Amino acid sequence: MNETLNLVVGLAMGLNLIALGSSRLPTLIRAMSLQGMVLGVMPLLLEHERLDWRILLVAFATMAGKGVLIPSLLRRAMRAANIEREIEPFIGFVPSLLLGAGGTIAAMALARGLPLLPEHAGTLLVPGSLASILTGFILLIGRAKAISQVCGYLILENGIYLFGLLLIHSTPLLVESGILLDVTVGVFIIGIIVDRIQRAFDSLDTRKLTTLRE
Amino acid sequence: MIFIPELLLRLALWLLLAPLLPGIINKVKAWVAGRRGPPVLQLYYDLAKLWRKGVVMSQLASPGFIIGPAVAWTALLGAALLMPLGPAGGAVSFHGDVLLLIYLLALARFCTAWAAMETGSAFEGMGSAREVSYAVLAEAAIIAAVLSLIVHTGSVSLDTMLSPSAGAGAALLAAGLFLVLLAENCRVPFDDPNTHLELTMIHEAMILDHSGPPLAAILHGASLKLLLFSVLLVQAVLPVGELSPFASAGALAAGVLAVTVGVGLVESLLARLAFKRVPLLLITAFLLCLFALLVAWKGGAQ
Repeated sequence: MNETLNLVVGLAMGLNLIALGSSRLPTLIRAMSLQGMVLGVMPLLLEHERLDWRILLVAFATMAGKGVLIPSLLRRAMRAANIEREIEPFIGFVPSLLLGAGGTIAAMALARGLPLLPEHAGTLLVPGSLASILTGFILLIGRAKAISQVCGYLILENGIYLFGLLLIHSTPLLVESGILLDVTVGVFIIGIIVDRIQRAFDSLDTRKLTTLRE
Repeated sequence: MIFIPELLLRLALWLLLAPLLPGIINKVKAWVAGRRGPPVLQLYYDLAKLWRKGVVMSQLASPGFIIGPAVAWTALLGAALLMPLGPAGGAVSFHGDVLLLIYLLALARFCTAWAAMETGSAFEGMGSAREVSYAVLAEAAIIAAVLSLIVHTGSVSLDTMLSPSAGAGAALLAAGLFLVLLAENCRVPFDDPNTHLELTMIHEAMILDHSGPPLAAILHGASLKLLLFSVLLVQAVLPVGELSPFASAGALAAGVLAVTVGVGLVESLLARLAFKRVPLLLITAFLLCLFALLVAWKGGAQ
């Protein structure tokens, strides 16, 4: 059981590194959405003994929302704003990849020292979530384009979701669906903002948003 | 005195089989492109032709121009003799021979680069610089791979290190070592062996001024290195050493063939990377091997 779970979390960690190393926006969006779908399967694996319709609903909604809806919104925004597909990094690809890998290893070492419940001690849930959060931070800090920063934010959210899975017994369905709705609406609004930024500045480079103008 | 015939047999096996691999790669490439392609034995003909030709020596070059390829070829052959072949083990085997293997490969590279710079040609200096700077990253990856095998098996001898399969991290290790194989042998995403544009060549730029028997030694050494890396890859991933002799020989041959065809397919389907993207791919190879090390370490701790 734990083997399958660890394999899935390992896959999500690998996708983190792909997201850090990819130099093109479509690859980044694909890695992010695939990670969302992989994480959507997790509740089914964790609760496979007592499946009920609520868990199925959470899993299905997560997969549909993060795997299909959000990436299609982002792709639409990308097409509408007609931006270049190349990503310009503040932190280069090699340093960010090394940072991400170092963070993943540090997360594993850290998770060993944490006082976890015995049923979570053998799994990669905590290191996986810490690594995803860190990857999200690196993408948020290290990329110049608004859309890649959104992807960083979504990967960060994936990490928080992974952490939330530890509490799957006690979190009500309402919280899960609320978070998912928030994220979707957030991406929806960002899609509109991206279009506005593009019109106002002819570029999605967030460096141009740092100076105030009349 | 069984040792001498066995040693000779191994030498013959390594020396005679090595030039087959580039032939197979070229055949695969030709097949994908819908051409007939050069014969599989083309490199044997080339080597025979080069061996009969004379050497053009620059007046500037020191004897290192000839010694370099010779030492490199010998080092590669020594590395080949260290490499175990399934349950038969290596011809020479001792505690810590894996370090000698890594250093012999480094020595071979050093000698090729040294001989390349003997003539003082700018292109060859450029090729050497590129080869050596990529090698730094590729070596980090191969050291991580070796460490993961050491942690997994708890042994520092190639014979015992390579005989079981690599366990849970096998897929990571295989991907990492395959990338290292492509980089070390100057195959496509890193370097194009068919290119004749001096500005973009790496390995080929180094050997521009060599001719005759030294060039033959370099070409044969390159094919020996390819065979060496594919044998290493197959044995690191598959439990070749634990099978019966016939099964292991079959598995080894099939594995090496699969790796060679894989190289050919990669070469036909991918374009070479821009120079500035190469370190990223090599870092990826390093990280793959590093995570294989992590998996071996975590697996051993449980």
